[in-house]
Amino acid sequence: MKPSSSPTSPERQYNVRLGLILFTIYLALYLGFVLINALNAQLMETIVLAGLNLAIVYGMALIVIALVLALIYGTMCKPEPIEPTAAEATDQEEST
Amino acid sequence: MIYEASWTAVIVFMLFVIGTVALSFFLGRKAKSSAGYFAAHGQIPWAVNGVAFAGDYLSAASFLGICGMIASYGYDGFLYSIGFLAGWIVALFVIAEPMKRLGRFTFADALDAKFNSRGIKAAAGISTLIVSVFYLIPQMVGAGSLITPLLGFPHWVGVVLVGIVVITIVVTAGMVSTTWVQFLKGSLLVIFSAVLVVMVLARGFTTGSDPFQTIGPIAAADLSAAEIDGRAVIRADDGWQEHPEFVRLAAKDGVGFDIFHVESTADSDQKLLRQAQAITTRGGEEFIDGAPKGKAADEKQLQPAGYLSELPEGKSETGALGPISFLTTLRDSKVMLWRNTKIAHPSAATTTVYFQKETEGPAVLRPGEHPKFAGIRSEESMGSLNFLSLMLALFCGTASLPHILIRYYTVKDGAAARKSTIVGIASIGFFYVLTLYLGLGAMTSGALDLTDSNMSAPLLARSISDLLFAIISAIAFTTVLGTVSGLILASSGAVAHDLLDGVFGVELNESSQVRVAKIAAIVVGGIAIVLGILFKELNVGYLVGWAFNVAASANLPALLMLLFWKRTTKEGIIWSVVVGLFSSLGWILLSADTYKSVYGLDPADALAPFSQPGIVTIPLAFLTLIVVSLMTRPETASDES
Repeated sequence: MKPSSSPTSPERQYNVRLGLILFTIYLALYLGFVLINALNAQLMETIVLAGLNLAIVYGMALIVIALVLALIYGTMCKPEPIEPTAAEATDQEEST
Repeated sequence: MIYEASWTAVIVFMLFVIGTVALSFFLGRKAKSSAGYFAAHGQIPWAVNGVAFAGDYLSAASFLGICGMIASYGYDGFLYSIGFLAGWIVALFVIAEPMKRLGRFTFADALDAKFNSRGIKAAAGISTLIVSVFYLIPQMVGAGSLITPLLGFPHWVGVVLVGIVVITIVVTAGMVSTTWVQFLKGSLLVIFSAVLVVMVLARGFTTGSDPFQTIGPIAAADLSAAEIDGRAVIRADDGWQEHPEFVRLAAKDGVGFDIFHVESTADSDQKLLRQAQAITTRGGEEFIDGAPKGKAADEKQLQPAGYLSELPEGKSETGALGPISFLTTLRDSKVMLWRNTKIAHPSAATTTVYFQKETEGPAVLRPGEHPKFAGIRSEESMGSLNFLSLMLALFCGTASLPHILIRYYTVKDGAAARKSTIVGIASIGFFYVLTLYLGLGAMTSGALDLTDSNMSAPLLARSISDLLFAIISAIAFTTVLGTVSGLILASSGAVAHDLLDGVFGVELNESSQVRVAKIAAIVVGGIAIVLGILFKELNVGYLVGWAFNVAASANLPALLMLLFWKRTTKEGIIWSVVVGLFSSLGWILLSADTYKSVYGLDPADALAPFSQPGIVTIPLAFLTLIVVSLMTRPETASDES
């Protein structure tokens, strides 16, 4: 049972890369939010959009963007060749 | 507050609980093998599993704790919503698919996939147990809070009841029924929260129904007179003299007293008196404003709170509002928040005085109002560090929670794991947007129980209709049931599969492994019941924050490095889990908050410089892994393995 030793398919490499890129984008946005709060909390009171302050707009945006990035990931991921998962692999070992 | 049990509430509630237990009996009949008990044979459809993620994740903490914190302090509770959701990004983009590929039943399986080491199984199994128990505490506390107003039982009855029902579910069923129960709960919670938000928006804001009296402004010198507002002033003795900010006047009906908080005004010679409420505990009995607690004519009870003191343009009601105008109207209003002070009397009694604090709208829509977050508005760097640490723990914690990780084994393959995570993010994200409206709605609902912030969301529902209150409470209660069963299942898996089988090499056949897991479930359930009773006082959202800290410190570094760093050795993993687990746990036990709320010691003596350990202990666990791995590199290093 050594899944990581099997050669990784190009599809999986693509998916892993895609995941890491999207993760980095979100990480930067989240970090921005947290750092503004920690270092310059007053900035969060600035009214930015439709009479709402930065705290609410940025916070809501973080929730919406999480979903958007998740959907992008879901649509752009390439199907990977079928490979038995660890559970199935051991099930087969046990049944033989 | 004194709650009256309503029959509607009791009936709706019983229907929910009986329905849940019946469903799990029905679905659990077939789960006899390990694969069925721990992982539902990996045959749960991804969409169902996705909503079940929401059911697992939107625990008592999310629903009760966050809403309660927003209702008491405004925006700060929403920071938890943001952090809790952001954690799913780590789960989806980094953890989900490898987790599914590597493991079989438990988190330890995945960590151990490469090495097959007893040490890893032991470390991961113990960490799963400890994190689960930590996460169980707030769920049990929440359950106790819910039972009191709903059925009129004391807090501990609620905790015991949840414990028993959950143990029944877990013992009879396993992962198949837990998943379906979570699916139902997850959907009901999101749907009815949305209904509640729509009703809150449709109701809008009102002012003027406030039952609390305001006197003045009066001249500062008049405060020491024998009478104020035509009522006799009660002499400040027995500890009250230390608190000149409170004035007690003889009650109009002669029962107890009315207590007022003295506020400064723009003119320093003029003082304003706003009515407060006092709970005194003397010899195990409770007194409200000096009179025994109760409903009779010579007794008093705490008044519900949560009012606006001023709407924009002097209006007294707004009518229906949209999601944006709700927030902008609140911004231009003034709201009465409540703070409290404890007074120790020389006569061995203690009094908690709850007093009003008129707060400008913008202050409840920005971070930093909660005392735990106030640090970010001060010059002190410890406050900012504490905040950063919490936000880091929330971000890293989600993908390290054992009951979330085991849910990846209930679906078919990596792609299904990915899709169910996306469904989970959609339902959870939608719910967290709602929490802001639920919390702010509760803040202005006139229904808040000052002694229990965890009840804010259900009480908001009660301010609209009794039936809705019953439904929301029942859903919240079953939510607790679901999360608790997931956690107990994760810990019983850790005991039977990781520790007993993997570490001690006890050869168990499938059915005895399931039997051991069930016995473990009963034991863990028992521990959770006891802890739930002990930690009654704490806000459940805050408790969950700690569980995230421990999970993130113990599990995430090992999991991430295993996936992305080829030189990771088994010793590195073991040490990283052990160091992360015990350093974060130790830090929490030595923090000011634990000193104050758990041991009853002076928080200034606490050894940990701030409460949230994550920012120190997560990097520490990474560092441990790297150092130990480099020190234990195998001589014949074939790095390209």
